[in-house]
Amino acid sequence: MLAPGLAHFLVVGAVLFALGTYTVITRTNAVGILLGVELILNAANVNFVAFQRFNPSPLLTGQVFSLFVIVLAAAEAAVALAIVLAIFMTVKTIDVTQSSTLKE
Amino acid sequence: MEMLLRLNELVLLAAQHGAEAAGEGAAHAAAELGPQKIVSVSYLWLIPFFPLLGAAINAFAGHWIQRRFGKKYNSYIAVGAMVLAFAVAVVAWIQMISLPASDRYMVNFLWNMITAGDVQANLSFALDPLSMMMTLIITFIGTLIHIYSIGYMADDPGYWRFFCYLNLFVFSMLLLVMGDNFVLMFFGWEGVGLCSYLLIGFWYEDIEKARAAVKAFVTNRVGDFGFVLGLFLLFWALGGSWVETKGRVPLRESRWAMADPAYKPQQETGTLYQRDSSLSASKPATTWENYLRDPGSAASKDGIRVGPSLTFRELRDQVAVDATGMRQRLSGMTFFGIPLLALVGILLFVGATAKSAQIPLYVWLPDAMAGPTPVSALIHAATMVTAGVYMVARLNFLFALSTTAMTVIALIGAATAAFAATIGFVQNDIKKVLAYSTVSQLGFMFIGVGVGAYWAGAYHLLTHAFFKACLFLGSGSVILGCHHEQDMRRMGGLKKFMPLTAKTYLYACIAIAGFPIANGFFSKDEILWKAFDSGSNMLDPSIGKLIWVIGWMTACGTSFYMWRSYYMTFTGEYRGAHGDSHHGAQPLHPVPVTGPLAALAAADAHGVVAHSPAGRDMTHPDSGPDPHALGVAGHPDHPDHKAGGGHGHGGMPHESPKTMTYVLATLAIGCAVTIVLGFWAPLGHLLHIEWMQEPLLERWLSPAFAPSRELVESRSANSGPFWEWLLMFASVAVAFAGWLVARAFYKDAKSTVPDKIAAAFPRLHRLVFNKYYVDEIYQATVLRGTGLLARALAVFDNVVIDGIVNGVAKVGLFVANIEGAIDKYLVDGAVNLVADSVVNLGARMRRLQTGRIQHYLYAAVLGVLVVIGINFLIH
Amino acid sequence: MAQTSQKPSRYAEVLLGVVLLVVVVAFVFWMFASQVLPGLAPVAAQGAGLARPSDLLFYLIAAVAIVAGAGVAFSRSIIYAALSLLAALLAIGALFIYLNADYVAVSQLLVYVGGVLVLILFAVMLTSKIGDKAHTNPSTGVLPGIGLTVALIAVLGYVAAKSPWISQPNAITPAQTARTIGDLFLKEYLLPFEVASLVLLATLIGAVVIARKEMKE
Repeated sequence: MLAPGLAHFLVVGAVLFALGTYTVITRTNAVGILLGVELILNAANVNFVAFQRFNPSPLLTGQVFSLFVIVLAAAEAAVALAIVLAIFMTVKTIDVTQSSTLKE
Repeated sequence: MEMLLRLNELVLLAAQHGAEAAGEGAAHAAAELGPQKIVSVSYLWLIPFFPLLGAAINAFAGHWIQRRFGKKYNSYIAVGAMVLAFAVAVVAWIQMISLPASDRYMVNFLWNMITAGDVQANLSFALDPLSMMMTLIITFIGTLIHIYSIGYMADDPGYWRFFCYLNLFVFSMLLLVMGDNFVLMFFGWEGVGLCSYLLIGFWYEDIEKARAAVKAFVTNRVGDFGFVLGLFLLFWALGGSWVETKGRVPLRESRWAMADPAYKPQQETGTLYQRDSSLSASKPATTWENYLRDPGSAASKDGIRVGPSLTFRELRDQVAVDATGMRQRLSGMTFFGIPLLALVGILLFVGATAKSAQIPLYVWLPDAMAGPTPVSALIHAATMVTAGVYMVARLNFLFALSTTAMTVIALIGAATAAFAATIGFVQNDIKKVLAYSTVSQLGFMFIGVGVGAYWAGAYHLLTHAFFKACLFLGSGSVILGCHHEQDMRRMGGLKKFMPLTAKTYLYACIAIAGFPIANGFFSKDEILWKAFDSGSNMLDPSIGKLIWVIGWMTACGTSFYMWRSYYMTFTGEYRGAHGDSHHGAQPLHPVPVTGPLAALAAADAHGVVAHSPAGRDMTHPDSGPDPHALGVAGHPDHPDHKAGGGHGHGGMPHESPKTMTYVLATLAIGCAVTIVLGFWAPLGHLLHIEWMQEPLLERWLSPAFAPSRELVESRSANSGPFWEWLLMFASVAVAFAGWLVARAFYKDAKSTVPDKIAAAFPRLHRLVFNKYYVDEIYQATVLRGTGLLARALAVFDNVVIDGIVNGVAKVGLFVANIEGAIDKYLVDGAVNLVADSVVNLGARMRRLQTGRIQHYLYAAVLGVLVVIGINFLIH
Repeated sequence: MAQTSQKPSRYAEVLLGVVLLVVVVAFVFWMFASQVLPGLAPVAAQGAGLARPSDLLFYLIAAVAIVAGAGVAFSRSIIYAALSLLAALLAIGALFIYLNADYVAVSQLLVYVGGVLVLILFAVMLTSKIGDKAHTNPSTGVLPGIGLTVALIAVLGYVAAKSPWISQPNAITPAQTARTIGDLFLKEYLLPFEVASLVLLATLIGAVVIARKEMKE
């Protein structure tokens, strides 16, 4: 059993990132995709904070950055959900496979 | 002014030298022959130039002048040109007389035309005594005939054209005689052939006349082929190391041995009269690097060009001067077993045969009577037909070397003389009689140059020019006076209507028949004597005597048929139509054409023989009347006729205008005056009179004939003055005999004997009347054969050659089709394949655009993964 | 997992079950700690250099986070996915605390769990048909997704593990970061701070505009 070092946290972040990416790619429910996005952002946050802990900077760069990420994630989630609602109002479904009008 | 003074000076000099020449002439025979010395002058080109200028003016502006100003200006231009040419010729003559005999070779070098290897042809005129004589004849008689034509062609609309052609002809003839090399001579040779064509076919709207013109031209062409072959052979024989030689002289390496300092072709002399003072024999000639193997030979001192040459002077020098060794070499050479000089001589003579109407190429001359009478006089009596004689005389140094060639020439001349004379016995068209008489007399000339009597042949040429021109022009006068009637059977008694014409015609007949009171006797007799005396100049000594016999009998025949023509035309009662000559004429006896030859003639679509409309004798198509007045209906006025008396058409015959009769008189006087030139060797031989040993003309021409003189004399039989006089008396006797018979048969048309003879020997009569069917034989053999050959070749061309061409085209087409297919399927297919694959790829790639962001994200993440991986691996 | 439906008849059962579970676990734990661990004391002492209980804690939290993440990824129902996300967020918050980022952890809990997740739950409620919750979250393209996921884990994990990070495990970190962060926000990061607030404002307005407009129709 190793003491958790930077690598461990990064691996955790990587796994979470992978799972979040999987969620985004495979989900057909728009909200599900959003869940994946949140997961990705959190994985990134983990990385930031881990780096700050193991490679500290006097400006607390990692932590501040992750704060901003949290803020923006929230904002983005709000807007995204508003859009999802709007779409739901229009096409009565949030299945993303139904809304592939960008298809060639 | 200065010119006149110099002229004066020259005339005096000429007189002085002329007297000296008398003594000189006899002496020079013993002198060793050296290269011909020359004198450079700068004005000889004017002699041919003036007629050329006249022809050019009449060609380009003549029609306009005729319409605008009238016909007389055309004639002024033409006659003026001729007079100027004659004047310059006289000046040249005076200068020539002023030169010593050995120097009488005037050269006017203009520029170098062609230099190609050994061939060098310059535009250069040369006058030696022979060509001086010819030039004077041409210009003098030419001028007279031009003047005559003013009257004769007066109401022809093509007046300007006629004078243009006449001047052009004189120009060509002058080129022929004055050219100093074969090229110029040949240029003139062809030129006179062309002008002969133009003038014979002057009234080209009549198809028969056009055919006659073509016949003349084509026949001449055939002869020219032989001429050119002879020329090539000679040129080739003179040089080239591949020629076999049996001579004792080693082959020269090649080309020019050395320069003759007297002959500087690149230099212009500039002044009008100049005698090149460097030519005196005492001054040694400069020698330079020479190619002779024998540097000590005499030739190296005299400066003679040895090698192939086209210039007469250089040829003469090479062959005549022994030291060059060329004579021995040429004499020894054979060409595929045939002696070369004989072959060259015969080939050159073939050209002369055509041009001077000998057997077998004489057939064009009788048909040439389709042209206007002045044309017949000038071309076919006085000048063009003498070109062949001139050529043989000019190249005497070559011909004399080959007895074979000489024999051939003399025999053909004799045969032609006799043959033509017999045809002349029964002709009814006056021009035809004169035509055959010309052929016959040309035969005499060739007898003369054939046996080596070059001066005699030349003298006969001169006398013949005078009396034949007089006869032809007289006949023209008669024809005009009888309103374009040419058949002698419809003439008669014209003595009282046309006294001057009758008198001149009479005198000319005396000349041609050979009575001693006119010049013909002197020339003809000289020829016959020299033929008899030719000895081993001929292949066999007896040939000369045979030739004499033939000639003697021909002389009898000549006398007979000429007097026949005189009596039929001028004596008795006028048998012609009173009124229009086309109606009411006395019925004539048409000569029927039957038998196998008729079949031949009928089969031949372009029959020379036999269509007989309306009882007229049309067996000779160009015996039709001169149509130079326009047809039956209208005889327009003759504004230039200043004839005496009421000139009513349909009236009686009338005398011709003064322009014509004065010319006749001049010619007749000329016949008399030229006796002096040949007077009188037999007397001189008999009585040993010094100045008569060699007649004037012989002495004058001796420098030209010097190369062959000794050779000919050495081979001659030297029969002596007794024989000379005997034969002379025989000639005169036979001339008288002919005259008496003709007189008995034809005077006043009282005798019926001729008709009885004709009736007694109908087939013979018909044979002779139809010219022995020579034309028909030619038509059936040569012409048909050529036509068949042409047709065969045309078939070959159409089937084989066109087949090959078409086959090639088809192959090409086939290949093109293949290529098209390749292009269409392969190339286009490849292009289309590329395009299609792009489209397909695109279609398939399009499906990547699912429109779903998740898929895009997937791809993006994948890419990121790759980048990270690579990045990690690199570092 | 907690059940949303409440039934008074089962309340006692559940309570009893939980109490029992806790007692058992505590007992096992006490036994282990008192009986086994003293026996492992020398190993433990040796292993104390190797591992500490805090390390174990890390692994536990990490496991929770990963399992929750898997739950988000693989659950069929959107509600389960959302709740899994909740668990994941909590776990990540715990990780933040472990990393001495207390303020960040608290913000995470407040904002993410309290805000975003609630929002998501509201959205789920508004947009899905509750009756059909068994199939409210289907997924497509599973296999390629799994391939990519595995690849990602492999590559990123490998890179993360094998890269020679500059790492100071014993770095001194401030016990309370709030003060420092507050300072920093008003000094170095003033601009981003203000911009972030503007973004939030825009988001607010935008969300209202978007959602509201549609709902009116």
